[in-house]
Amino acid sequence: MESNGGATDVSSIRSEIETLKAAKSDIEQRISVLEAQLRETTINQQKTDTVSNGTCRSISTVYSDNSHGLSPDMIYRYSRHLLLPSFGVQGQSNLLKSSVLVVGAGGLGSSALLYLAACGVGRLGIVDHDVVELSNMHRQVIHTEAYIGQSKVKSAAAACRSINSSIQIIEHGEALRTSNALEILSQYDIVVDGTDNPPSRYLISDCCVVLGKPLVSGAAVGLEGQLTVYNYNGGPCYRCLFPTPPPTTACQRCADSGVLGVVPGIIGCLQALEAIKIASAVGEPLSGRMLLLDALSARIRIVKIRGRSSQCEACGENSAFTQDQFRNFDYEKFTQSPQFPLPLKLNLLSADSRISSKEYKERVDNGEAHVLVDVRPAHHFKIVSLPNSINIPLANLEARLHEISLAMKEEEKHKGSESSSGASVYAVCRRGNDSQRAVQYLHKMGFTSARDIVGGLESWGRDVDPHFPTY
Amino acid sequence: MQLTLEFGGGLELLCDSVKVHNVHVDLQNGAEKLTMKDLLSWVHTNLIKERPEMFMKGDSVRPGVLVLVNDCDWELSGQLDTTLEEKDVVVFISTLHGG
Repeated sequence: MESNGGATDVSSIRSEIETLKAAKSDIEQRISVLEAQLRETTINQQKTDTVSNGTCRSISTVYSDNSHGLSPDMIYRYSRHLLLPSFGVQGQSNLLKSSVLVVGAGGLGSSALLYLAACGVGRLGIVDHDVVELSNMHRQVIHTEAYIGQSKVKSAAAACRSINSSIQIIEHGEALRTSNALEILSQYDIVVDGTDNPPSRYLISDCCVVLGKPLVSGAAVGLEGQLTVYNYNGGPCYRCLFPTPPPTTACQRCADSGVLGVVPGIIGCLQALEAIKIASAVGEPLSGRMLLLDALSARIRIVKIRGRSSQCEACGENSAFTQDQFRNFDYEKFTQSPQFPLPLKLNLLSADSRISSKEYKERVDNGEAHVLVDVRPAHHFKIVSLPNSINIPLANLEARLHEISLAMKEEEKHKGSESSSGASVYAVCRRGNDSQRAVQYLHKMGFTSARDIVGGLESWGRDVDPHFPTY
Repeated sequence: MQLTLEFGGGLELLCDSVKVHNVHVDLQNGAEKLTMKDLLSWVHTNLIKERPEMFMKGDSVRPGVLVLVNDCDWELSGQLDTTLEEKDVVVFISTLHGG
């Protein structure tokens, strides 16, 4: 009785927490919007007062009536910037008059946005079409748990507003495409690329060339990061450096290769720094040079890269890359890779060589004599695996085939295979692609009964055991 | 000739995940100098352990790979014709896209 009551309590408590959290985030966002509104109204009011009051100015308006136009609040907020001889009032004024667009509120965008909002960029735009997920939290530090499942743009904008309610934050909650990029980018002085795929990178660079905007480009995967400024002051654009897109197999994604959270954080901070330097007209932006970060060995290398190429198809002397051409350019076709990658879904095997995770579960429950080969890399296997599976990574399958034969014999002895066919072989991986490749190879090598588990461990987590971890 | 070769941006995966290689490259018979073209074919033969197509295309590197000779883009020193000297550092780095 009591334990039953306990179970209901837990679920009702959980649902009430969820409801309250949603209400709380709505209220917080409304407050920050109103605060920003209030501040804007007050500033306008002050300006009107200064003009209309002519003869009887209050002392405070006299103080704020200086040539740089910084209000007392601004002077206090940005005082540590103003104290820098090499930055000072001029740098801050320039910054406040500038506008920066950050494309992608992910690992790079998170730290870039936090610093750009804090430092007082006058107008800060955010583009993203995605929602916040639990697997983002370790690196996309701008988002909080309360926003899981909600739009990244909304979450990032709320965080920026809570840091600095005196600047304008603009939400572009849509994917950047050739159809909207010109219109969005043209509203800003500087563009920060924090996207994660080749078509977006070419699209953003070309759009910046067409519109004449400097582009602060960063990237991070694994334990490495790269940073440079394109299309600035006669420097090269992305296409000058990479006229031909890389093969798709060369493009690692964080979702497949992993990334240490702090690495995109560092690159994002450096992107904010470069954007600030350009916006405030202070220092020497990283144009014609590239910064390479190797986090594991604690090495940063800054290399000299080629200048603007006269042959460049986007920015070269004879290039006639126009806004119209940009609008009609197919970036996914050009790079042979999708702008919004969905997990690859191969279909290499006939239906009778495949088995669903549910069906596999039934066979295990029925005590079928079998060997389950998990063909993921060893470090994936360490994260989570199915009981009684043996790990033979696809890359080592050829060399370790005998282990499968051994395991089959062992299983037959153990279960006493009454069906003369012997133990069956199943292959599994993370999503069900490598397992098909493995089964193709196993068939060729005489394991004709081998089958793969459709959809891999992801389908096991979805269809059989909801408590099974996904990654 | 003593050279330091470095691989990054994922290219190290093609050579047993080793990033830095201190190597000795002999001049071809009768040759007076070692060019980047010679070095690429030496790397292809001696260091690349798998998927060579991820490193080279034709007689140059594949698209998306930056080559730096002593921290300078090889476009500025003559690409394949760049002449290498004792103790030069050559970096091969694949461009990253993640974020």
